[in-house]
Amino acid sequence: MADDPIISVRGLVTSFGKHTVHDGLDLDVRRGEIIGIVGGSGTGKSVLLRAVVGLLKPVAGQITVFGENVRDTNAEDYRRLRKRWGVMFQDGALFSSLSVQQNVEAPIREQLDMSAETRAALAAIKVRMVGLPDDARPKMPSELSGGMRKRAGFARAIALDPEIVFLDEPTAGLDPIGAAAFDELTAQLRRALGLTVFLVTHDLDSLHAICDRIAVLAEGRVLATGTMAEMQDVDHPWVQAYFKGPRARAALAQKESL
Amino acid sequence: METSAPQTAQKPTRPQLMLADGGLVLEGDFLMGTIESLDLQQDAAEKIDISRVGQLDTAGAWVVVTLERRAQAAGLTPQIIGATSLQSDLIATIRRNMPDADVSPPPTPTISDRLEQIGRRTVAGLRSTMEMVGFLGRVVATIIGLLLRPQRIRWTAIVHHMQQVGLNAVPIVSLMAFLIGVVLAFQGAAQLRQFGAEVFVVDLIAISILRELGILLTAIIVAGRSGSAFTAAIGSMKMREEIDAMRTLGLDPIEVLVAPRVIALILMLPVLGVIANFAGLFGGALMSWIELGVSPGVFQSRLISNTDVSHFGVGLIKAPFFALIIGIVGCYEGMQVKGNAESLGSLTSTSVVLSIFLVITADALFSIFFAILGV
Repeated sequence: MADDPIISVRGLVTSFGKHTVHDGLDLDVRRGEIIGIVGGSGTGKSVLLRAVVGLLKPVAGQITVFGENVRDTNAEDYRRLRKRWGVMFQDGALFSSLSVQQNVEAPIREQLDMSAETRAALAAIKVRMVGLPDDARPKMPSELSGGMRKRAGFARAIALDPEIVFLDEPTAGLDPIGAAAFDELTAQLRRALGLTVFLVTHDLDSLHAICDRIAVLAEGRVLATGTMAEMQDVDHPWVQAYFKGPRARAALAQKESL
Repeated sequence: METSAPQTAQKPTRPQLMLADGGLVLEGDFLMGTIESLDLQQDAAEKIDISRVGQLDTAGAWVVVTLERRAQAAGLTPQIIGATSLQSDLIATIRRNMPDADVSPPPTPTISDRLEQIGRRTVAGLRSTMEMVGFLGRVVATIIGLLLRPQRIRWTAIVHHMQQVGLNAVPIVSLMAFLIGVVLAFQGAAQLRQFGAEVFVVDLIAISILRELGILLTAIIVAGRSGSAFTAAIGSMKMREEIDAMRTLGLDPIEVLVAPRVIALILMLPVLGVIANFAGLFGGALMSWIELGVSPGVFQSRLISNTDVSHFGVGLIKAPFFALIIGIVGCYEGMQVKGNAESLGSLTSTSVVLSIFLVITADALFSIFFAILGV
């Protein structure tokens, strides 16, 4: 069981019109790890995420999550699968007509038959777990800062105690302190809830701080996977530039000084 | 990598809660989907034994902490026994994150609260009326400024909007007017036939379409079609901070966005009105011929001899004013959009409702005005 990948992608091909994004992409995600997906702009990191959660139909290839094929599930199976993962989109993607509390309650309300008091209590706990103050609960998404919206989006993603959370650039647009706090939050919730985290990011500090493994996307496939240290030895110009550039050195130096 | 989350997809067993040896014993899987069947109104107990719990997630941990809190409220110091280290970590996390007391519900509004609300709404309504009049003034001043310096006029934008609000609206406007003509002829015929005055259907159709219906219904269609488009387009630019970007570049949003739209609408609405008049008369003539046997030739000669051209003028003179109302309201509401998608939607609908309302009000005022003048 332990070695079975929780997400397995084989020979994934996706394209928009004539533009092919992924061309035979393979990727395995192990249970309980935080995997960081990196790649230049337009290499299809977010597209990969959308394909794995079934928002986008690939041209070819196999995607299995929890050993079940995402592409060929019927509506009922997909519904059941969906309960076991949570997705946080780039800007939180909170429902703008609902308060934070209602946003976090929304997946519980849709998926489970639960009394209003229990639902409210559980949602309130999730809101606190992502580090939002209690008085943020009745607020509308438009009243929140970008960082708070991301946290609220995270709270909604973990509302149903999923086994996997997909995070799409969670630290983009946050100040370094906020970004570090978000990384810490991710790691802490992974420990507390036993999450597997599929993290699409550009943030070298996040990669250093919390990712167990890193998968580099380029040229339509996964170029390399491995730990941060292993990335230093990958012989590819983009990988070299990414992990040995000035920012990467700064992130590395910061980590070593800790 | 150790994890505490449920690992298996097998069906969870029903959780149970029972009293034994002065303590609460929990048994089964305490999960999101299963805890609902539990009755948490248990007597407080010194011990909470969870050694027989299978799977435990945040909802299950919440149950444990709730039971613990109840015992504490009863003055006991409960102990949780039999937890694995992962389970006690999870319980500790939930304990730390559980809000203390439920926030009390908001107080029910009193009469004075309601009065205050009425007052606030009235003031807000008056204020927004003032603002809209101010906006009208700025737009008119900008357009006059543009006329004085024609090299600043954005012809490309104006022509683009003329196509959008004018040319592209021709099919819907002419179909609508045609059908109105048909309906008028049909209904008029039924009444006039009783007096043997079928031929007066020509006057009925000509005067009502040329004077009122042609331009009024055209304005209503354009308000729904283009007024809402103005609000949505300008509103989404406002949301994405494009308007602020323009201001920092020294561009005046009124000059760049609002003036071309309003000018295009003022130029095109009369044209659409003329098209609607023709289509309406055509529909009326067709129906009179089929239903009453009034031949096109008779229709034409009666139209020319009995209907003064002033009716056409009275109808058409209203078009630029209606256009100004629709353009100003559409652009103004667009500029009011705040950061969220919700306000874009509600303001778009406000824009359509308000511009149709104001167009009809203006039409009524014109009627009174022309009646006094005796035109």
